[in-house]
Amino acid sequence: MSRARWLTHPLGSLGLLIVWLLLVDDFTSIGHWLLGGFLGLLIPRLTSTWWPRLPRVRSWKQLFVFSQHMLTDIVVANFQVARLALGRVDNLQPIWIEVPYELESDLAIYLLASAISLAPGTVAASVDRERSLLTVHALHCEDEQALIAEIKQRYEQPLREVFTCLPQ
Amino acid sequence: MSVWIEYAVAFFLLVGSAFALVGSIGLHRFPDFFMRLHGPAKATTLGVGCVLIASMLYFSSQHEGLHVHELLITLFLMLSAPVSAYMLAKAAVQQQVKTFNRKD
Repeated sequence: MSRARWLTHPLGSLGLLIVWLLLVDDFTSIGHWLLGGFLGLLIPRLTSTWWPRLPRVRSWKQLFVFSQHMLTDIVVANFQVARLALGRVDNLQPIWIEVPYELESDLAIYLLASAISLAPGTVAASVDRERSLLTVHALHCEDEQALIAEIKQRYEQPLREVFTCLPQ
Repeated sequence: MSVWIEYAVAFFLLVGSAFALVGSIGLHRFPDFFMRLHGPAKATTLGVGCVLIASMLYFSSQHEGLHVHELLITLFLMLSAPVSAYMLAKAAVQQQVKTFNRKD
């Protein structure tokens, strides 16, 4: 077995090792490092038929920017939902908006939809792959176009730079 | 366990439960299904996050060594909360549930 076949998903293997070490909650024992490493190599190898084609990460810097946006927005979102939930409910203007996206890979679209759901005041409700549209429900919105522009600029822009387009 | 760690644990527990409470209040007060979805999808992430930070602090100071397996809960929560919100919203659109003040 060549090395390339065993390490088809290096990040997946590393992730499994870390998850194993966290699960047993023991970073000091060599045995668990070995067992975790063994599982990390074995599981991606055994399940390789079911893995989707994953896009390559082109820019780690942009991925970092994206996760930073997400983390700050989770905190902002919590305060905003708290304010809206405790304030006057009658004044809210919930609307549906449609956000066109220009991403190609499934993973990137999943990340975009998750980011929208965790962002302040918006939940992604459906993905239309044929027309490349995301239907998004906004809790309170006065300017539809500004919200669409913000989503595109804040989340889609970094994501588009993170993933290269796969040659089909 | 030093007093300061006790204060920090208490602080994170209180903040976390406050956010979880506010999320539930939102669930009760918002007028339609889609608006109610916003509470659990968001307010609980920070609520649970704070409780987990408190748990990590407590167990790391109580026993020897670092105990951070709560990070896994955070990871799976961040993976599953948007997906479950998405599934609920999709189901509700299919069922055409009543909405409040809908402009279309």
